[in-house]
Amino acid sequence: MLRYALKRGLSLAISLAVASLVIFFVIEIAPGDPASFMLGINAEPDTVAALRTELGLDQSKLQRYLGWVGGMLSGDFGMSYTYRTPVAEMIADRMWVSLPLAIYALTLSTLIAFPAGIYAAARRGKPGDMAVMGATQLGVAVPNFWFAMILVLIFAINLRWFGAGGFAGWDKGFGAAMKSLTLPAIALALPQAAILARVMRSALLDILGEDFMRTARAKGLTRRQALWRHGLRNAMIPVLTIIGLQFSFLLAGAIIIEQVFFLPGLGRLVFQAISARDLIVVESVVMLLVFAVISVNFLVDLAYALVDPRLRSRT
Amino acid sequence: MNRNLILGLGLSCVVVLAALVSFVWTPFDHTAMNIPAKLQTPNGTHWLGTDHFGRDIFSMIMVGARTSIAVALVAVGIGMGLGVPLGLAAAAKKGSLLDEGIMRANDLVFAFPSLVIAILITAIFGAGAINAIIAIGIFNIPVFARITRGAALSLWEREFILAAQVSGKGAARISGEHILPNVANLLIVQGTIQFSLGILAEAGLSYVGLGAQPPTPSWGRMLADAQTMVSFAPHLALIPGSAIVVTVLGLNLMGDGLRDWLDPKLRLAR
Amino acid sequence: MTLLNISNLSLRIGTFKILKDVSFSVAPGEIVAVTGESGSGKSMTAFSVMGLLPDTAEASGALYLEDQNLLDFSEAQMCGMRGKNIGMVFQEPMTALNPVKTIGDQVMETILIHKAMSPEQARDRARALLDRVGLPEDRFPLGRFPHELSGGQRQRVVIAMAIALRPKLLIADEPTTALDVTTQAQILDLLRDLVREFDMGLMIITHDLAVVADLADRIVVMRHGELVETGTTQELLHNMQHPYTKMLFAASNHQVTLPQAPAPQPLLEVSGAIRDYPLPRDGLFAKPKHFRAVKEVSFTLYRGERLGLVGESGCGKSTLTRAILGLEPLQGGDIRLDGMPITTEQNPEIRRRMQVVFQDPFGSFNPRHRVDRLITEPFHTLTDPPKGMARSDLITETLRAVGLKSDDAQKYIHQFSGGQRQRIAIARALITRPELILFDEAVSALDVSVRAQILDLLAELCEAYGLSYLFISHDLSVVRTITDRCLVMQKGEIVEAAPTEEIFAAPQHPYTRALIAAAPQLPDLNQGAA
Repeated sequence: MLRYALKRGLSLAISLAVASLVIFFVIEIAPGDPASFMLGINAEPDTVAALRTELGLDQSKLQRYLGWVGGMLSGDFGMSYTYRTPVAEMIADRMWVSLPLAIYALTLSTLIAFPAGIYAAARRGKPGDMAVMGATQLGVAVPNFWFAMILVLIFAINLRWFGAGGFAGWDKGFGAAMKSLTLPAIALALPQAAILARVMRSALLDILGEDFMRTARAKGLTRRQALWRHGLRNAMIPVLTIIGLQFSFLLAGAIIIEQVFFLPGLGRLVFQAISARDLIVVESVVMLLVFAVISVNFLVDLAYALVDPRLRSRT
Repeated sequence: MNRNLILGLGLSCVVVLAALVSFVWTPFDHTAMNIPAKLQTPNGTHWLGTDHFGRDIFSMIMVGARTSIAVALVAVGIGMGLGVPLGLAAAAKKGSLLDEGIMRANDLVFAFPSLVIAILITAIFGAGAINAIIAIGIFNIPVFARITRGAALSLWEREFILAAQVSGKGAARISGEHILPNVANLLIVQGTIQFSLGILAEAGLSYVGLGAQPPTPSWGRMLADAQTMVSFAPHLALIPGSAIVVTVLGLNLMGDGLRDWLDPKLRLAR
Repeated sequence: MTLLNISNLSLRIGTFKILKDVSFSVAPGEIVAVTGESGSGKSMTAFSVMGLLPDTAEASGALYLEDQNLLDFSEAQMCGMRGKNIGMVFQEPMTALNPVKTIGDQVMETILIHKAMSPEQARDRARALLDRVGLPEDRFPLGRFPHELSGGQRQRVVIAMAIALRPKLLIADEPTTALDVTTQAQILDLLRDLVREFDMGLMIITHDLAVVADLADRIVVMRHGELVETGTTQELLHNMQHPYTKMLFAASNHQVTLPQAPAPQPLLEVSGAIRDYPLPRDGLFAKPKHFRAVKEVSFTLYRGERLGLVGESGCGKSTLTRAILGLEPLQGGDIRLDGMPITTEQNPEIRRRMQVVFQDPFGSFNPRHRVDRLITEPFHTLTDPPKGMARSDLITETLRAVGLKSDDAQKYIHQFSGGQRQRIAIARALITRPELILFDEAVSALDVSVRAQILDLLAELCEAYGLSYLFISHDLSVVRTITDRCLVMQKGEIVEAAPTEEIFAAPQHPYTRALIAAAPQLPDLNQGAA
């Protein structure tokens, strides 16, 4: 188990290193000179030169790359050019919106998807299954930002249960903050829940066809007992994969939802930074998001091993 | 033919037909403004109403279908065109450096939050349909590479492939002659799914202003325009949104239906 | 007194009749073998008793376990019977156990689900059961997972689960088909002992008549869902009434006569062949480890010779086969065909001289091509492949040679039965008149009657074309009749090589002796009934 974790950890470190290289080269090299890109076409040569020095563009690329990575490892993400504040602080602020939103949405999505998927699998081919599958088919087809607009129309504008947007802030109390995250979380969660429910159902149905399910029935377990005791844990492997993918999607994919609800989250930050051509912020946020995706996948790999003893003993 | 396939095919055909017809005929010129007739709800003249400039929404939806389909189709083309050969090559040389390289590169692309990168690409290289296509297409490559490799790997274990090797056929020839035709069904199904995801992605990008630029109409931008008016003209948001849902639903149903129809084993299991 | 009494059991799914008026009974302490070829309905009979039929199946007739008709039972009542009064052992031990639960938990579950005893008692009972089926505590603690056990050991766990509550009736569906002969003999002994010890009734489903003759007190022969013949083993073996029964037993012990082999002249020379597989490393910087699947194997196959290669699963015979075919590289030694070294590089000169027939009649063909294209695939190796009339004449000739019709060339593979597919596979191997053909378990997936026909075909082809082949099989009885000389392989080495009759008459190596002793034998019926 320890060896497995170490191995996955090593692959995590390598992925991060490669990802940082890719991001560095795409952002610093592709658009030409970063300083003139950031300042736009009308910039004075003096200003560009000053920014070049500030960004350290006169150093070699290797030095700059090492400086950037070294800085991030010690928590120094550099200085935002447009806002003149440390990027680390900006990210930390926004994180307090994005992370709770992602966790909130993931919890909702799992809470909806698991019962729906299990219910549908247990009633395969019956009206209950058809209804759940029809609903998920629709859920997968709905763009989340449009769904968000519909939610705003119904619950904010007509029913006035929630505000139409904005974030109350954690200083207004947990309840108020969560309330302002509720509509965005639902908008994010439902389409994801539809996907997860479908995966859950098909994973369970695959397991139902396995020989050991028949063995379980031969021992005297009812269909339902066999499903719960033997099916569920085996079905968790594909389901975990999807949950891992969804978490990263929720964290990053919230970019548009944050736009709809005017939430000051990471997605909105990266979007604003791109519009303002603030490459330092873009670089750091993208790296952070990649870090989140890779780490979540690492955790999913560890979770596999908890579920599946075959992985634990394999080195 | 099953119910999903018929329904999906029907819905998709309606959308494709609307896009094709829009080249020769739309009820109104989709760019013609008519301020006095603005914000009409659906009626006899304007079947789906008008927007804040008095443009005919039905015409805009028809032309918007064109944009959505074109972007998604080319993006799937990029994904298949590059992903399938990569997947075939990786499977043919299983465990080699080439395979490792392709699979690691795939993992890496998967690790990037796709929407952020799409936004980055369109922001750096400029907003527009072409860059949206490229941005969506890049993330289709690993999807097709992975699915092709997975299916091809199990085929390479099959005895008819061994028999072909014993008959002196090389890896490239076997991949083309035996592997590709046998993974084609899977690719068609995945293609439909990626196509529908492409339509969703295009709508998202246009919504944040990074898709096709005005005056080319797109469903995503229609939604963005509608957002501030949703309280007094909800049809502006409901109609383009429903167009997206119908298209994606149709494609997904078609994908599910095709999968069942093409795979007799699955047909029995259901 | 009977334990299980099946009377006029019929079963249909939709309009398809699976069982037609099947009647037989099982007494306590009696072993009843239900046998027949695929499609005979023997497994469905077993699943009917368990009440584990597909939802769409409709059963009629009566299934009495003691004085209760199981067909009248509700699903809930059947759940109370299964595991408690009726236990079941399945064919595939590798997949019959839940991979994520310990063997102890899985054995205990049978006891706990019927609330037969407290968890502590159940744990003790599970321990005792595993000891009883030959899995002692020091090597097989309750916390073991299925993937840590071999196939035979897993089958013992499945048996422990099935007998945990001492059921009155045990059903075993092809319990040893997936196992090697030596393991098979042990599992059959275990089942026999358990039946005597617990006075259970055992209904064993098997296609293997040698197992039937060896184990059963009574035999039930089925065909196409109908009962053909039944009787006590002695009675039935020595006084078969039905022609199908006679044919089945004759086919199981089918003998062919091979033409005389010509004077020895080397064709395939394997010398010091080594094949290593890399194993996962212990640590990042540890030296990579290898598993040596083939250990310096040497032998020669002579022109016109029919050579056998036998061994149990994992002995390296498949790996050796792949190396001879040039599909995998060697790590030492060499393999030469007519003096030319065989490597994984494509060499048309060698490819055209060698062909192969595989085991699986369903996986051996690209489902998207027609038969004419399938069997002409080896033309790829020819510098000047026949075209037009010459091509279609050759296709016709080859199809006829393997007992098919010329218009079969335009059909797709799914239109053929398993036996016909194997004929097509032979046609593909034959069409370029290669000097050597490898038969890799080529008759193992076939029913006995079909297998007998394919063996006859091979003998005819030997007569007509003077074939040289290497016949790889785990089935000793087949190798015995279809080869001149035989190699016995164990753990990557060839432990014995001698003329086939000598090996079977006087095996020298202890492993060969164990293998031959473990293989169940049909008694010599000597009644000239075939």
